[in-house]
Amino acid sequence: MKSFTTTALATLIAVGAVSAAQAEIRIGVSVAATGPAAFLGDPEAKTIEMLVEELNANGGINGEQVELIVYDDGADPNKARTFATRLVEDDEVVAIIGGSTTGTTMSIMDVAQEEGIPFISLAGAIAIIDPVREYVFKTPHTDRMACEKIFTDMQARGISKVGMISGTDGFGASMQAQCKDVAGNFGVEIVADETYGPQDADMTPQLTRIKNTDGVQALLNPGFGQGPAIVTRNVHQLGIEQPLYQSHGVASDGFIKLAGAEAAEGVRLPGTALLIAELLQEGDAQREVVQGYKAAYEAKYGESVSTFGGYAHDAFALMVDAIARAGSDDPAEIRNALEATAGLVGTTGTYTFSAQDHLGLDLSAFRMLEITNGGWSAVE
Amino acid sequence: MDGLMQFIFSGLTVGAVYALVALGFTIIYNASDVVNFSQGEFVMLGGMITVFTFEAGLPLPLAAVVAIAVTAGVGVALNKLAIEPARGAPVVSLIIITIGASILIRGASQLIFDKQLHRFPAFSGDEPLQVLGATILPQSLWVIGGALLVFVALWLFFTKTLTGKAVLATANNRLAAQLVGINTNYVMTLSFALSAAIGALAGVLVTPITLVGYDVGVGLALKGFAAAMLGGMGNPKGALVGGLLLGLCEALTAGFLSSQYKEAVAFVIILAVLFVMPQGLFGRKSTERV
Repeated sequence: MKSFTTTALATLIAVGAVSAAQAEIRIGVSVAATGPAAFLGDPEAKTIEMLVEELNANGGINGEQVELIVYDDGADPNKARTFATRLVEDDEVVAIIGGSTTGTTMSIMDVAQEEGIPFISLAGAIAIIDPVREYVFKTPHTDRMACEKIFTDMQARGISKVGMISGTDGFGASMQAQCKDVAGNFGVEIVADETYGPQDADMTPQLTRIKNTDGVQALLNPGFGQGPAIVTRNVHQLGIEQPLYQSHGVASDGFIKLAGAEAAEGVRLPGTALLIAELLQEGDAQREVVQGYKAAYEAKYGESVSTFGGYAHDAFALMVDAIARAGSDDPAEIRNALEATAGLVGTTGTYTFSAQDHLGLDLSAFRMLEITNGGWSAVE
Repeated sequence: MDGLMQFIFSGLTVGAVYALVALGFTIIYNASDVVNFSQGEFVMLGGMITVFTFEAGLPLPLAAVVAIAVTAGVGVALNKLAIEPARGAPVVSLIIITIGASILIRGASQLIFDKQLHRFPAFSGDEPLQVLGATILPQSLWVIGGALLVFVALWLFFTKTLTGKAVLATANNRLAAQLVGINTNYVMTLSFALSAAIGALAGVLVTPITLVGYDVGVGLALKGFAAAMLGGMGNPKGALVGGLLLGLCEALTAGFLSSQYKEAVAFVIILAVLFVMPQGLFGRKSTERV
């Protein structure tokens, strides 16, 4: 016990000495590292911690070290609000990254906007950046963009009548509404619109109805968790020949495993470059960033990268780039630099912010992927 | 009536899943009047342990046996560590204890296993069988067969064996049961072990269809509980019929009316049945002892 106390004291003194010797840039993070959204927050926290280590080892930003303060809000909006306030008032951070879920983002967003601290969110909802708030940015693409990407691909294949089967969970319901909203812009008509509960074990009745609807040329399944895997199996079971489109919500190797390679054959979905890191062509703008991040993360943590960790990677890269260009640690100047970001290549896409656009991605950020022989391949 | 056969097959598949979960409630309820809300966690454990032991290299049947044995052990531990020390507490307190236990088991499996969804191969392959223009997966037949088997076993247990009758006697009047020489502690332990084992068996059978993750227990327990209430709590026949009925209601509503209303219609039917028959379809009449 005594030796432990001594070591702890020594460490404290050492840390104190370092921070006294060098000026530091303080960046705050509040993510859901545990709790129901841990599958989002866990890789996000790990990614940022890894990147800060790398950055400091390479000399920091403009010669200044970065100090990271990470809180685990467990996807609880109340905790997120408390932590955001603590980050601003006690820890005196110059920027915040975090908000794994839309709920926690909404809490942090208010604090950041009020206190004038630039904040990059890692959550999906379009409401975060529409309407635009001065200090709030985000890295993940919206489900509306996923719908547009899917319908673009359908249009290219001459598909105009679609049967939809959506999960009633938050993700599925939101994407269902967005897809119905934009379908008309692509000359696509939703001729069947079915739903299932997130815990349902069999969707053959809904799929039979879609199968029996006249003129259905393709199926679209916005959903998350086990639902899409079961839908894919059921489509195969019923022998439905029309192409099946899944959402970016299941863009992971785990999905192919759950649905089974045979049933998943030919399924298309919009995903990020991270999923097909090895397949990226020489000369692809994202190739270097994506492969670098994937290799570093997998070597350090011994688990495969996820799209969600990629969101955190991009948020951190954007923030570091903005702080470097601002040349100061004044939050207002960092914000201005952030808004002026142009052509920053991330794992999710290439970001160009403007006063009207705090997401900065276009449809090219999504790659249309197809499952062939139990693996991914790029369509195009 | 296009698609009717498909809707019925879907209803039977889902209904058999509900029935298997509902059957698990029966023994503990019969022994102690406690509705065990960690029953869904037993189902989850059955699936998760099978997945992880199977991926560790055990053959599937052996993995399933290990899962059922370990889960039965968890059931015994639950009784010894949480229910037995609270003996004499009102039934409501015991039910609350089981809710607490379900949260504990869920949290522990999130740490011990992981937060991902899993699946292991179906017992007889994934090639659907064609029957009368509709399709059914071989695994569905396993689930339906499993539900029937457990039902018959339970029915024999409660009506033909002395131990089964001792379980019923313990629920009826613990003191009187002790006076005629029934070891009520043993009966309680046995009933938790059996319920957990049935839950785990359900988990093993349904995982290739429903997939398994640390948090699937809540949803399964809720539907299983609804099925058990519909059929009559404590009666194996009720659990079987209630489960199948609930599954068929959902599938037919989704097929003919709209998938938006399938849960609503199922629950309206349950409410209507309970309004007319408060004990459920096959529940025992509650008579007050004087």
